[in-house]
Amino acid sequence: MTRQLHPDFEPVIGLEVHAQLLTKSKAFCACSTRFGDEPNSNVCPVCLGMPGVLPILNRNLVEFTIKMGLATHCTIANRSIFARKNYFYPDLPKGYQISQYEEPICTGGFVEIELQDGSRKRIGITRIHMEEDAGKSIHDQGAETLVDVNRCGVPLMEIVSQPDLRSPHEAYQYLFKIKQIVTYLGICDGNMEEGSLRCDANVSVRRKGETRLGTKTELKNLNSFRFVERALEYEIHRQIDLLGHGEHVEQETLLWNADEGIAVPMRSKEEAHDYRYFPDPDLVPVVVTSDWLEEIRTTLPELPTERRDRFLRQYHLPKYDADILTTERPLADYFEEVVRALTPQNDETYKLASNWTMTDVLRVVNTEKIQIADFHISPSRLGEMINLIVDGTISSKIAKDVFEEMLRSKDSPRTIVEKKGLMQVSDEGTIERIVDEVIAKNQNQVEQFKSGKQQVFGYLVGETMKASKGKANPKLVNELLRKKLAHAEET
Amino acid sequence: MSVTRKDVEHIAKLAKLEFTEEEKETFTHQLNDILAYMEQLNRLDTEKVEPLSHVIELSNVFREDEVKRGLKTEEALKNAPSKNEKFFKVPKVIGDT
Repeated sequence: MTRQLHPDFEPVIGLEVHAQLLTKSKAFCACSTRFGDEPNSNVCPVCLGMPGVLPILNRNLVEFTIKMGLATHCTIANRSIFARKNYFYPDLPKGYQISQYEEPICTGGFVEIELQDGSRKRIGITRIHMEEDAGKSIHDQGAETLVDVNRCGVPLMEIVSQPDLRSPHEAYQYLFKIKQIVTYLGICDGNMEEGSLRCDANVSVRRKGETRLGTKTELKNLNSFRFVERALEYEIHRQIDLLGHGEHVEQETLLWNADEGIAVPMRSKEEAHDYRYFPDPDLVPVVVTSDWLEEIRTTLPELPTERRDRFLRQYHLPKYDADILTTERPLADYFEEVVRALTPQNDETYKLASNWTMTDVLRVVNTEKIQIADFHISPSRLGEMINLIVDGTISSKIAKDVFEEMLRSKDSPRTIVEKKGLMQVSDEGTIERIVDEVIAKNQNQVEQFKSGKQQVFGYLVGETMKASKGKANPKLVNELLRKKLAHAEET
Repeated sequence: MSVTRKDVEHIAKLAKLEFTEEEKETFTHQLNDILAYMEQLNRLDTEKVEPLSHVIELSNVFREDEVKRGLKTEEALKNAPSKNEKFFKVPKVIGDT
């Protein structure tokens, strides 16, 4: 965090988020949407903007956008139309982008974000509409610009929020929630760094208590979660400084420069905002019947907030755990698969499953930079391993070794425990013998303990565990050691 | 509403067209004539008429989400005035969309 915000001012922020939809083919033609293919290899007369061609709408573009609308409590328009947004740019061969202007498909919804004090706040969604992406210009190659049309016509959904956000952190939370929802729905991969999720912000500031909006600027190029927060902080401070010095904010578009940590005004294209929208005559209206809508509604998965709340209710996990486990759908699925393999199923075993998933599984997934789906240990195997802890076959400490072994091996946790002889020793006689040996070897420490140095006890427990190669039941070790030492004290 | 010379210049710019002074003059007149002619439509009362965006009574024309092969890169680039093996080439553009 950088500077505190000026207490007399409040920022007013609205976000426009573009999400690239996970369709196989483009919005209006059958070309592939695959990322990273050879330049200009996924193109056809339609996306190249050749004369006389007709666009035909991809059904999934409509269904995916409706899913998002339903997930964010929007009204789904019974009838919706496409419009042409006209401007010249080399990466837009047609000279216009197909978008929606009047009559977008979704309007008037909201998402809930959580504030730092734990309370929830609704952020309004003005509209969600369908449109197509432009191509890609490559500028850094000599005197000419190179154009790749592959991305041209790739379907996008634009989500426009109300100016309800009051801090960079709220903006971050909102964006995070949008990412969670689109990935849970499986309609966008949510990757900001690769441009599947893009964010522009409208920012203004005003004196607290003022109800009118101040002059806003538009911030572009916020292509990571970190940038969004930093760029907003920068811009809010800049505007407050201007107003504080009796100057005014100029309405303009700013590009965030992440390397220098500043926002620079975009070279103004004079008629940049004269898009001359008009209904696209090539595309007929989309009519969403109530039957179709209900059909789509039944395909909606449990959404992140609902799932988090259910985890709290059903598994009695701490909020922290439930938050982390439901961050991503595959992780939440993994956890619930682990739970399914547990015997018995109770709050204690749920918490163990949560701990192992959050710390050990995530540690490996993060360090190896892999997806949960590619994680070597299946959830049912992890569940079996937890069962071995719960039924006393292995100690929690030995379980860490078993886990490491499971990362490399195809064997079940029980087989690993048997092969390696890792079974926990709970036989009192055996442990007693080890305790006696440890006491005999560490007379110095025993004397110290007798003279009141309590912390030596931990050392002796450690020595006993070490002598048993970690296999002694720690609870029994504690008990027996206490008993023996007390006995030694008396003599 | 009448069209001014300034409007003509603005529209020309948006369409990336360049006109001589005489042409601008001509087009200003012609555009005004067209608007005046269309003005006749305003005599009709359209208070209760829904705006029409499409003249054909069709809706929901969809494709299923299936990939089909389009053009080969060399075919796509064939008509381009400037290109290299894989890309269209255009005069240097500064800034970004």
